[in-house]
Amino acid sequence: MTNTLAGRLAVNASVPVQASRWPARLDLAQSISGLLLALFMWGHMLFVSSILISQDAMWTITKLFEGYFFFGRSYPGIVAVIIALVFGLFILHAGLALRKFPANYRQYALFRHHMRGMKHEDTTLWYWQVMTGFALFFLATAHLWWMLTHPGNIGPFASADRVWGDNFWILYLFLLFAVELHGGIGLYRLAVKWGVFEGDDPAASRRKLRTVKWTITAFLIVLGLATLAAYVKIGMAHEDQRGERYTPAWVEHPEEHAP
Amino acid sequence: MTASTDVRRLRIHVLRYNPAEPEKAARIQTYELDEAEGMTLFIVLSELREKHDPSLQFDFVCRAGVCGSCGMVVNGQPGLACRTLTAELPADITLAPLPTFELIGDLSVNTGKWMREMTERLEAWVHAKQQEVDLRRHEEHMDPDLADEVYELDRCIECGCCVAACGTAHMRTDFVGAVGLNKVARFSLDPRDGRTDADMYELVGNDDGVFGCMSLLACNDLCPKELPLQSQIAYLRRRMAKQA
Repeated sequence: MTNTLAGRLAVNASVPVQASRWPARLDLAQSISGLLLALFMWGHMLFVSSILISQDAMWTITKLFEGYFFFGRSYPGIVAVIIALVFGLFILHAGLALRKFPANYRQYALFRHHMRGMKHEDTTLWYWQVMTGFALFFLATAHLWWMLTHPGNIGPFASADRVWGDNFWILYLFLLFAVELHGGIGLYRLAVKWGVFEGDDPAASRRKLRTVKWTITAFLIVLGLATLAAYVKIGMAHEDQRGERYTPAWVEHPEEHAP
Repeated sequence: MTASTDVRRLRIHVLRYNPAEPEKAARIQTYELDEAEGMTLFIVLSELREKHDPSLQFDFVCRAGVCGSCGMVVNGQPGLACRTLTAELPADITLAPLPTFELIGDLSVNTGKWMREMTERLEAWVHAKQQEVDLRRHEEHMDPDLADEVYELDRCIECGCCVAACGTAHMRTDFVGAVGLNKVARFSLDPRDGRTDADMYELVGNDDGVFGCMSLLACNDLCPKELPLQSQIAYLRRRMAKQA
């Protein structure tokens, strides 16, 4: 084979060269990093939406991640480490996914023309996966960087002050739609790409997967909007006491929770 | 006999261009004709060429969805003209040649050239375990279920619809397409073929092969022979990924 890198090397060096295993590794790494990020986002949404249950519930989850219930005091550094790991995974996934982006305007125009003519759902979904992925380069990076540098500023009041007082709600509104669409399409594509959940009737399984995908995406977007509205509401009410940290009434030594 | 007012008047818009006459710009030419019962696009095109425009170019051989010659883009989606009933389409039908293949003229494209290059590149033929040819030797026994599986994938008629439907193939001309990946999957299954997964990896273990596929699945959804391309590409991807 002279149309592959291995083939060309073999011709040049006159020795047989085995095809690189990197394309397989990169494909696997893209899928695994995407899966981990999507699962993380599901968990993340459930944690932040705990504000809809109560401010105490959200405070408890925050303190759980800060290690308070294990060490007797809060260590926001633990949160920073988790964020750094997610940030690293995100950068890795973005780099790997870039391989699939249209490489120039010609490729972009060819795909878009093809997509518009075909009106084929999965082809159109890929376009939106690329577009939302591109948006996430900036939206997710802004969020992750802020969280990485302010790991102690998470809590019912601290988060609400950020969402409303620091105008992060604008970023989060775009981020919510981008991440839920991207993650939902990505998980669906992972399943069909690797043949997971195919069963005896792959066509019927795919239809079901698509229904499940849209249901989960719609649920998470509604949950995300409700959560964002809750933080906005708290942030507006808490505007005059910006900087104050929430402490549940049942906590005896509030100073131990201070980051 | 139904009243003549019930007969639909079809408007066929054909993308006309002949590379042999570059001075004539590509254009959409519209023809009108009455729809008949059980009419396929192949019948439409034959009637147009016979009664309206003998210069209209398109390919056909079998008229029964077996030869794969009459692939074209029908209202944006690739399909076989001989298998497409006008009754399933609106009165306005736009026809274009299959993209990604060399254009011969109007609706006629050179899928054969593309398929031959792909076949040679993927070495899509049985690589016998025994190199020595012995015509007296009995053929190795094959399990009937496995033979069915191989035959299922062998039903591919190389019409090119999967390649024309593939967004990846549009962007990346070196991509082997579902037809190529299906062939490799087919020979992977065949016990007469002595090649291992490592050998197959040499052919499709790259971004022009199975790892270039972005799972858009239009190939699977628009294959006129309804081949299980989604499953086969996933199967091949899993096997090739094990080579990592």
